Amino acid sequence: MKPAPFEYFAPQNLPEALELLAQYGEEAKVLAGGQSLMPLMNLRLARPKVVIDIGRLSELQYIAPLSNGDLAVGAFTRQRTVERSDMVQREHPLLAATIPLISHAQIRNRGTIGGSIAHADPAAELPALSVAFEAEFTVRSSRNQRVIRSQDFFLGYMTTALQPSELLTEIRIPAWDPRWGWAVDEVSRREGDFALVGVIVLLRLDNDVCEKARIVLFGVGAAPVRMRKAEEMLSGGRADGKAIAEAARIVSEDLEPDSDLHASAEYRKEVAGTLARRSLVEAISRAREATKR
Amino acid sequence: MTETYIGAPIRRREDVRFLTGRAKFVDDVKVPQMLHAAILRSSHAHARIKSIKTTNALAIPGVVDVITFEDIAHLAKPIPIRAYALPGLERYLQYPLAREKVRYVGEPIAVAVAETRYVAEDALDAIDVTYEVLPAVVSVHEALRDEVLVHEENGTNLAARYSISIGDIEMAFRQADYTRREEFKVHRHTGNPLETRGLLASYDSGRGELTVWGPTKVPHINRAFLSSFLSLPEQKIHFIEPDVGGGFGVRGEFYPEDFLIPFAAIKLGLPVKWIEDRREHLMAANHSRDVWCEAEIAARRDGTLLGLRAKLYGDMGGYIRTHGGIVPASAAGLLPGPYRIPAFECAVHCIMTNKTGLGTLRAPGRYESCFIRERLLDMVAADLNIDPAELRLKNLIQPTEMPYVLGVTRRGESPTVFDSGDYPMALKRALEKIGYGELRQRQGRYEEGKYHGIGIGCYVKNTGRGPFECARVEVRSGNSIAVYIGLASLGQGHETTMAQICADTLGVPIEQITVFHGNTDFLPFGGGTNASRGTVMGGNAVYLAAQEVKCKVLTIAGSYLGMAPSDLELRDGQVHGKGAETEKPLLSLEDVVPLAAPTSRVNPLEPGLDATAYFKSDNLTYTYGTHVAHVAVDPETGKVEVLRYVAVEDVGRCVNPLLLHGQIVGGVAQGIGATLLEDLVYSENGQLLTTTFMDYLLPTSTVVPPIEAIILEEAPSTLNPLGVKGGGEETSLATGATLANAVANALASFGVNVTELPLSHNRVREWIRRQQDKD
Amino acid sequence: MSRKHNIIVTVNGKTYERSVEARMTLADFLRDELALTGTHVGCEHGVCGACTIMMNGEAIRSCLTLAVQTDGSRLMTVEGIARPEELHPLQTAFQERHALQCGFCTPGFLMTAYVFLKETPAPTEAQVREAISGNICRCTGYLPIIQAILEAAPIMRSA
Repeated sequence: MKPAPFEYFAPQNLPEALELLAQYGEEAKVLAGGQSLMPLMNLRLARPKVVIDIGRLSELQYIAPLSNGDLAVGAFTRQRTVERSDMVQREHPLLAATIPLISHAQIRNRGTIGGSIAHADPAAELPALSVAFEAEFTVRSSRNQRVIRSQDFFLGYMTTALQPSELLTEIRIPAWDPRWGWAVDEVSRREGDFALVGVIVLLRLDNDVCEKARIVLFGVGAAPVRMRKAEEMLSGGRADGKAIAEAARIVSEDLEPDSDLHASAEYRKEVAGTLARRSLVEAISRAREATKR
Repeated sequence: MTETYIGAPIRRREDVRFLTGRAKFVDDVKVPQMLHAAILRSSHAHARIKSIKTTNALAIPGVVDVITFEDIAHLAKPIPIRAYALPGLERYLQYPLAREKVRYVGEPIAVAVAETRYVAEDALDAIDVTYEVLPAVVSVHEALRDEVLVHEENGTNLAARYSISIGDIEMAFRQADYTRREEFKVHRHTGNPLETRGLLASYDSGRGELTVWGPTKVPHINRAFLSSFLSLPEQKIHFIEPDVGGGFGVRGEFYPEDFLIPFAAIKLGLPVKWIEDRREHLMAANHSRDVWCEAEIAARRDGTLLGLRAKLYGDMGGYIRTHGGIVPASAAGLLPGPYRIPAFECAVHCIMTNKTGLGTLRAPGRYESCFIRERLLDMVAADLNIDPAELRLKNLIQPTEMPYVLGVTRRGESPTVFDSGDYPMALKRALEKIGYGELRQRQGRYEEGKYHGIGIGCYVKNTGRGPFECARVEVRSGNSIAVYIGLASLGQGHETTMAQICADTLGVPIEQITVFHGNTDFLPFGGGTNASRGTVMGGNAVYLAAQEVKCKVLTIAGSYLGMAPSDLELRDGQVHGKGAETEKPLLSLEDVVPLAAPTSRVNPLEPGLDATAYFKSDNLTYTYGTHVAHVAVDPETGKVEVLRYVAVEDVGRCVNPLLLHGQIVGGVAQGIGATLLEDLVYSENGQLLTTTFMDYLLPTSTVVPPIEAIILEEAPSTLNPLGVKGGGEETSLATGATLANAVANALASFGVNVTELPLSHNRVREWIRRQQDKD
Repeated sequence: MSRKHNIIVTVNGKTYERSVEARMTLADFLRDELALTGTHVGCEHGVCGACTIMMNGEAIRSCLTLAVQTDGSRLMTVEGIARPEELHPLQTAFQERHALQCGFCTPGFLMTAYVFLKETPAPTEAQVREAISGNICRCTGYLPIIQAILEAAPIMRSA
């Protein structure tokens, strides 16, 4: 299982990288951490004619808290760097809790935040997390720069809104509201595997009334799914057992997941409801803690 | 015989090279001018090959050759069966390359040879094959209809069929107060040694001699096959066994590549290396298990078993491989297990489908039959309201009944006879270890979101398959003793265990011994390593050879000293007067070596301090044991967590408890993975869907529970001088049964009936859902 | 396409200058170009961990890395763990605990453990179990490997 032949470039800076992308576009694949791309290339499932290795772009490696409280993460930041960041541990608990769920340490040592997001595997944690955060992505080409909202970014199975000549350069995570209650959970066949079903929940309470809720599922379709109907049902109501059960029921009912080798659509529907229920309980508990403080 | 070493947990002597990166696996062997091969494999399950165009491939710089059937036609013949040649199977054999038709995804069609593996794979991309795709048959049920024929010339997909008939089955079912009939399915899976297959072949055209690195498991047998294929005398073929990264029954049989790679080396006059990649391995190396069985049990109301009858079907794949019908035949052969079941009838069928061929995997057929039988026993227990352990104790064969004659389980074979064993004791020890008395109160209980279950699996397993094994012990100067064995080593630690046996038998320090294995040049004959025969057959051959050498030493020493050999003994490498414990030695072994030289005048025997011995056996000796597991099942996600696993195994006499303990833990872990995670899945049109480790899931450290292994030596074998029984395969065979019983017990309140494997999240949840829908 | 790229890489303390094709994986580079065959290839898609080595202090899958990506890097493979004539405490512990049978996965486990113990010098059993969950062993069932790592940890701390 050796890769097919390709032309290789290792640009030294971002403008060089963008020039190469402009030149080769469709024929090229960007090599970041390589943890998603290399297996595909070794299996010859991906056969790019050109590989643009952005490993030398140190300008894309940063975790920068901004003055408005947002967190700006350079696309080439290694997952392990985020995992080990004391600041992230302190200030961004959901991010801190999700990264260790990604595969295994050896993968996270090389894998990048941007790489995972651009690869857009529907069973991966980071795309779903970015949707739950309502994060924004800065995307650049040699000719312009734009910002894409995460909700507009994931178009289908491993397909994103990135044009062939564009590079994801930054992920901006909105300021973390300390009143958020949160939970992340997944069912996988072994620890570290891609999720059969995964859920991320963010929830804010005001006197035990649910002010805002976000429920995102992954592993259940072509892209992360935001369960808006369930979110709406929860908003404005008491965050009690009845509401949780109802929200979970809506999640299960609304979902139209795929069947595959590892789990049937029915399984995913049911377990999505189960995980939503468990995660809502956990998130509400955290939200209550947060409002006390 | 002194026993300093046998029975001691000696650390492995071979470990250092593996730990320091200096081991030599086949891909680590490099010879000058080596070329690399890659195999073009069928991407269709069933198709006619209309044309193969190789011009574009040959035009790629660095590509040396592309070999198709045309090139091998003058030598090609079907790969023969070496065991379990059930009548009829010989019609379904595989040629080393596809001729006109392909019958499974992964079937070799062509071989590309190039300067690097990278370029060889580029060549594969450029070979243009035109297929006429045919409908594929992918299930035994479908295949039985004989609408789509895998081998049209034979007119049927039912390749072989025979029946076992012991006792009076009709009477058993007439007399029964209770009967239960079920259908069971054991899933297709395989061993996945971490090292894939590989061969490096080098042909010396000047001398007409072929050297092949990589063969293992049954090198002498495979060399004979290759000799026949190439019309090259065996003495001119040298098989060298390098370090081997596991086998589990899968690696080491004669596969198409075992012909193709040597052929390529001869054709091209240059060494050719082929290293299988993982994707290839999953589709081309033998698959196993894949058994479907309708079974029915008859019993008295008090739980006494009266009869067992079954129809068993093995999904053999597109071609019959070197072990013939071993999987379904072995499943049928020990279906009754270690129990007293007076009447037993089983119809065994081998069915062809468009899948990869079926071959051995650790305890072939036994994992399957243990699952079928132990599940039935638990069903009987539940229906008759008897505790599952009690039911087993009631029906297990007692030590007083040994040797126990089960009967003839394959036509033309001698009857299966369990030689020795205390089966109830093994069960009791396992129950005691897990604390069954207390623990059974948690059966089916819901605690903190999970249902708890305890499952039991008892088993018996043939080991020590003969008919012979060969060993040679040779003493040379420099305190150097060589032990040559006809066994192969795939990680079992023969370099240590065989040295232990030789050291104790001969009476020398173990540090002086080096064990050589696997190469066909060492010994004229060898049976290889499989069927848990290593310790029994190889160990006893070493014992006999070492005995002979000791006898020689004492005879020659006696001649020199003017003493009778019976007044001498060899201890710790020194010749002593017998009984003279405290006196100085009379001679050292080192002193005796020149006395045995061809020029010596005091040697009444043949020159040399060496002996070649054969241990012959037509009997199988039976290892047995019991597994018990405690699981917790999450009913909402279907996740099965194994909390504790106890494995009791009686090997009669244990040569190295450290190594056997390792085999037990490793085997149980492998079996747990196979039972919960592994599955070779085909699509409706015969595409193998599980072609990478993303989809074929192996157990990792977080899946394996605490495993408590107990080694018993209650029933030494009466069938060999060392009293040993084998201990490699049985360690995983009861895992399917044990975990299935545990899950069934956990989910008893749902009325879930476990008759299929694997116990995946999805399947467990589906069972619960179906029961909930009913209510 | 078969254009070569120059790389300078330090492996086990020795610096090599080589010219490689872009598509050559680091695993193949180590094994074939540098004749360091201690690192093994088990799956070539990043799951089994047999190819694990240390790169710039981190444990990585060499089958998922291109040799060209290592230009200017410091690597360590299993051949670099032991001092000459003396086994590293991890290697000794593996032998003591019978933490290898066929030995094919062993270099990958040793490298994973080596890096892990540097980062977590006093791990719990659960931490060790998790740390090695990205390496596959078909023979031992992992328990002896976990024990070996726990046994080596205090010895490495005191060294």
